[in-house]
Amino acid sequence: MSGAGSGPTGRADREDARRSAASDPAQEHWLARPASLRRIKIVSGIVLALTVLPDLFIEQHAAFGVEDAFGFYAAYGFLACVAMVLLAKALGAALKRSDRYYD
Amino acid sequence: MTSVPPGLILIAGGILLPLLRGRVRALAVLGLPLATLALVWAVPVGSSSTLAFLGWELAPVNGTVNGRLFATIFSIAAFAAGLFALPRARPLELAAALVYAGSAVGVTLAGDVVTLFVFWELMAVASTTVIWASDQPGAWSASMRYLLIHLLGGMVLMAGLAAHVASTGSVAFQAFPTEGIARWLILAGFLVNAGAPPFSAWIADAYPEASPSGMVFLSAFTTKAAVYALLVGFPGTGVLVPIGLYMVFYGIIYALLENDMRRILAYSIVNQVGFMVTGIGIGTEMALNGAASHAFAHIIYKALLLMSAGSVLHATGRRKCTELGGLFRSMPATTVCGAVGALAISSFPFTSGFVSKSMVSQAAADEHAMVVWFLLAAASAGVFLHAGIKFPWFVFFQRDSGLRPSDPPGPMRVAMWLFAFLSVAIGLVPGPLYALLPHAVTYEPYTVPHVVAYLQLLLFAGLAFFVMLPLMRRTETIALDLDWLYRRPLTVLSRGAAQWIDRSRRAAERTGQTAWARLASGFFQAYGPEGALGRTRPTGTMLLWVVVLLGAFVILHFSASG
Repeated sequence: MSGAGSGPTGRADREDARRSAASDPAQEHWLARPASLRRIKIVSGIVLALTVLPDLFIEQHAAFGVEDAFGFYAAYGFLACVAMVLLAKALGAALKRSDRYYD
Repeated sequence: MTSVPPGLILIAGGILLPLLRGRVRALAVLGLPLATLALVWAVPVGSSSTLAFLGWELAPVNGTVNGRLFATIFSIAAFAAGLFALPRARPLELAAALVYAGSAVGVTLAGDVVTLFVFWELMAVASTTVIWASDQPGAWSASMRYLLIHLLGGMVLMAGLAAHVASTGSVAFQAFPTEGIARWLILAGFLVNAGAPPFSAWIADAYPEASPSGMVFLSAFTTKAAVYALLVGFPGTGVLVPIGLYMVFYGIIYALLENDMRRILAYSIVNQVGFMVTGIGIGTEMALNGAASHAFAHIIYKALLLMSAGSVLHATGRRKCTELGGLFRSMPATTVCGAVGALAISSFPFTSGFVSKSMVSQAAADEHAMVVWFLLAAASAGVFLHAGIKFPWFVFFQRDSGLRPSDPPGPMRVAMWLFAFLSVAIGLVPGPLYALLPHAVTYEPYTVPHVVAYLQLLLFAGLAFFVMLPLMRRTETIALDLDWLYRRPLTVLSRGAAQWIDRSRRAAERTGQTAWARLASGFFQAYGPEGALGRTRPTGTMLLWVVVLLGAFVILHFSASG
């Protein structure tokens, strides 16, 4: 059931699908075309900037004082995630095993 | 007022289900949860039926606001998961799932601890059966480990409840006294089912081995019935705050390390239940409302995420991120529904997670619990990181795996759309959910600062994901957890003990056999056919000897007296 190459399409078919999509951008799904990807990146950057901008005009209901700072939530969310990824990476060095470990 | 627990309909239906065929069976799978939902709402809040049993006054059907909230979402989840399961689940899985759902509903309406315990254990048996009915290769051994943990939890709970009833003389299920060993045993018993440390590993160990639909059922009931039990029995218990926070970060870290898409989602169950447990620990009205509503919202979007992952597993037979990717091309409905679930679990504004989880954070702020608040905010960003982006990204986007599976059959798609709709609807119109909560809601989630704060937190978490992507390359690995203790050293130890017992038994047998053989041959020599004492002698010989003895006696007699 979960063995490699036992899906509904065989390995050769999958390679074909990937190659034809990669060689001809027009055949590829519009979301995966390089031009679209570039556009998605630009729009994402604008959206990120737009979420921080209101901090100039609105006042966060600050229970602890720091939430008022400009872009506090953006910075905190970003740094917290970087910290968690690094922590996971460090723990992973000690805890990761092959997924056949218990077999 | 009925005295028959509404959950019994599902349980009886589940037991009889294997007798039904085709359309009638489908009708039962979909109709029984709806009938249960209707019966749940026919139980007025504040009413209680009584049943005398072994000298106790049991209350098998006890109407409470909390109970109705959880019974409602359990019935809805049973309906949608049943719909999702129809096209491919084995009859055994459907039957067990109905019994499972029925016992979960039974727990939420139990007014006494005896009824609670009976349904609690029935849940353990039925959920184990759901895993047994799986088509995944690792299901059998995973179900055995799952059952052992739950039997252990059940024993601890049983001991606690027995001590509680013995010391207080009351079987009523309400907030437990604030001290005594019974309280701690009961708390431990509930926490095992919630996935609290040190027993968090069973969720990611067992659930992903269920069938695509089986895991949808499993995600809904056991952990949330435990949340319900904690909500009623232990509101405001301080120790639940650190336990909940541990679960929140445990879920994030392990999900970040995980490669199997359904194990990622299993770890995120622990993460989400952690938010609820933290809320119960804070214990204010705001926090309890947050925990209860988050359980309600969570059941829907988690089932939705697992339906999406289940559809991928159903179509491709694959679970590993390293073998998936680029599926949005051929599975648009599954991708959209999975994305809606991912946004809801991340508490994105205008989804159900936003209107429920933020009440827990607000309660921490109201209580000036600064450390708790900051940790919850970091964890909210972390949810987007480990479940909100990681799951859809690695399964539906990232590189093109070349796989072109199609969206699942009709009923599975309808179930997904239904829960995607509910996840957004609750987020847009939270009023009806708020009306079901145990305390009056004075909370307004949609203020401009709050929405802006969450958008910043989540979108910059998303940015962090893509910045850190090179560090998160998927590998074919698992991360060791505390279950290692009972899967490795304890297994080796018990195997060693079994071998030692076997060897000693054989040695004892050999010694015994030798001793017995010596004794037996001794007896045989003396009493056997050739033995001195076992020989037969002719009557004449005996007569001769009697005459000789008699003669000797006469001679001795006369010689002595003469």
